[in-house]
Amino acid sequence: MLGNFIGVLFDGIAYGALLFVIAIGLSITLGLMNLINLAHGAFAMLGGYVTVLAMSRLGVPFYGALLAAFVIAGGMGGVLERVLYRRLYRRPPLDQVLFTIGLVFMAMATTTYFFGPSQQPVRVPEYLAGQVRVLGRDFGAYRLFLIAVVAAIVVGLTLLIEKTRIGAQVRAAVDNRVAAEGLGIDVDRVFTLTFMLGSALAGLGGGLAIDVLGLDPVFPLKYMVYFLLVVAVGGAGSIGGTLTAALMLGIFDIAGKYYVPSMGSFIIYFLLIVLLVLFPRGLAGRRG
Amino acid sequence: MTPLTGGARLPSTRWRRTEVVFWLALVAVYFLLPGYRTLGSQVLIAGLFALSLDLILGYARIVSLGHAAFFGVGAYTAGLLAHHGWGEPISGLVLAALAAAVLGFATSVLIVRGQDLTRLIITLGVGLLCYEIANRAAPITGGVDGLSDVTMWKLFGLFNFGIDGRTAYLYSLGVLFTVFCFARLIVNSPFGLALRGVREGERRMPALGISVSRQLVAVYTLAAGIAGIAGALLAQTTQFVGLDVLGFNRSAEILIMLVLGGAGYLYGGLLGAAIFMILQDRLANLSAAYWQFWLGALLVVIVLFARGGVLGELSAWRARHVARGARGGR
Repeated sequence: MLGNFIGVLFDGIAYGALLFVIAIGLSITLGLMNLINLAHGAFAMLGGYVTVLAMSRLGVPFYGALLAAFVIAGGMGGVLERVLYRRLYRRPPLDQVLFTIGLVFMAMATTTYFFGPSQQPVRVPEYLAGQVRVLGRDFGAYRLFLIAVVAAIVVGLTLLIEKTRIGAQVRAAVDNRVAAEGLGIDVDRVFTLTFMLGSALAGLGGGLAIDVLGLDPVFPLKYMVYFLLVVAVGGAGSIGGTLTAALMLGIFDIAGKYYVPSMGSFIIYFLLIVLLVLFPRGLAGRRG
Repeated sequence: MTPLTGGARLPSTRWRRTEVVFWLALVAVYFLLPGYRTLGSQVLIAGLFALSLDLILGYARIVSLGHAAFFGVGAYTAGLLAHHGWGEPISGLVLAALAAAVLGFATSVLIVRGQDLTRLIITLGVGLLCYEIANRAAPITGGVDGLSDVTMWKLFGLFNFGIDGRTAYLYSLGVLFTVFCFARLIVNSPFGLALRGVREGERRMPALGISVSRQLVAVYTLAAGIAGIAGALLAQTTQFVGLDVLGFNRSAEILIMLVLGGAGYLYGGLLGAAIFMILQDRLANLSAAYWQFWLGALLVVIVLFARGGVLGELSAWRARHVARGARGGR
């Protein structure tokens, strides 16, 4: 029982870590630009397909493919932000919802057209595929790898936001856009850069996720609620809140499916509603 | 200028000529296009569902991504009643409306509390929760196989629900028209005016002595009940309930239909449902991915260029036309 519990906890943390990488971009765009981007999962899907294609068609090694996913999803995010998303910042939520659902549909249809509706396989390196023995207990190597990657991302992001000049500009723009502009901060550029970073992380997350969540054209819709949930529960624009929410949801989802399989996803939706009733602004909400 | 003294009048409730023509056209479809009665009844049902969403989106500006929850609850209520031997259509509709309204009332508490994003996610969550319950309760609902053996009695003891769609079409049209008249009364009543007030300036309404949350609870419950009727109609006319009545796609599609037609006019949903479903009938057979792509593109275009939908663009065009006429006249 206890052994199972640790295993479930571990899997839940790994799953939550994955949710964090994908959802953090959504959280930032929501906190910074007040943009409800339901198409965020499409960037993760793009990263997933880039990873798969780079590995299978071009023979790029796993890490190289992940880097490609990061770069291409980020680039795509930058282009779309400049061309499309920019028009939505001051629009009411309904417009944002409709527009981004439209983008999701287009992304799903395009993907189905080119790659078919089936699941895409990924081959992780040998040493990540097996089990690792730690303290007399077996852990999935890939999940350990996931946790390590995400820990590094959290540290990197925190340093970026807290210690660098661009990070200070982002914080200023989140807190008070008008005052930030008055101080000579190019808020438009800050928006583009953060959107690119968020999309790039989603792309990376999409590549990392293939082995855990799978990859097919309905990915953006299938996991949309999870990403939204993480952001809504965590509070928009907060790294710590998003991480807490992602881990919590990951653990509860895995534990629910393991201990009460007959309930399926029921638990997670129920938890979502309870949490949102208790914390309408999220655990670390900063929007006043 | 409307004089201020005694100017606090309710909007005119007279039926305009275009409205009469619209409803007569729906009756005419029955006689002129007998091959399309089945599709027609589906359009009418979707129109009724869109009408219910219009009440909360167009009149209270609540964006819902889980409105199918109420449609599905209505469908399962009517379906289960008939499945277990009570196939009387009208009482089935009433019970379905009640069941959906109860769920609407229960969840409206969650809706009223939150901001836009919270509302969005809660409606989405409630929708998914209902889907998951129906999916897991397969012994009762039939799960993914759907609920069959839904045998309806004759409508009013006279009209059989046959395969030709005669009864289905006229029954759907009758119910749609009845509910529409009711909704039309509601939005033109003081309650409807208060709702518009909430939509235009939520913060100011308490100063006029109107409780915003009570308005929202009332309209959300009402809309849920109407969505339940639409679901029940689908279950009764097709004599089958599939799990997809609760699916996210249904919530998203109904939102698209409404926005396509134009939210906030009551007619927008009916018009949008007709355009959407006729297009779907024509295009989805070509290729599902093709249809999905153009649906997405349509949404993007609506948001960028035609935010009011068909009716919004029409009324904007007419306003420009009238303004030009007035200038020319002088």
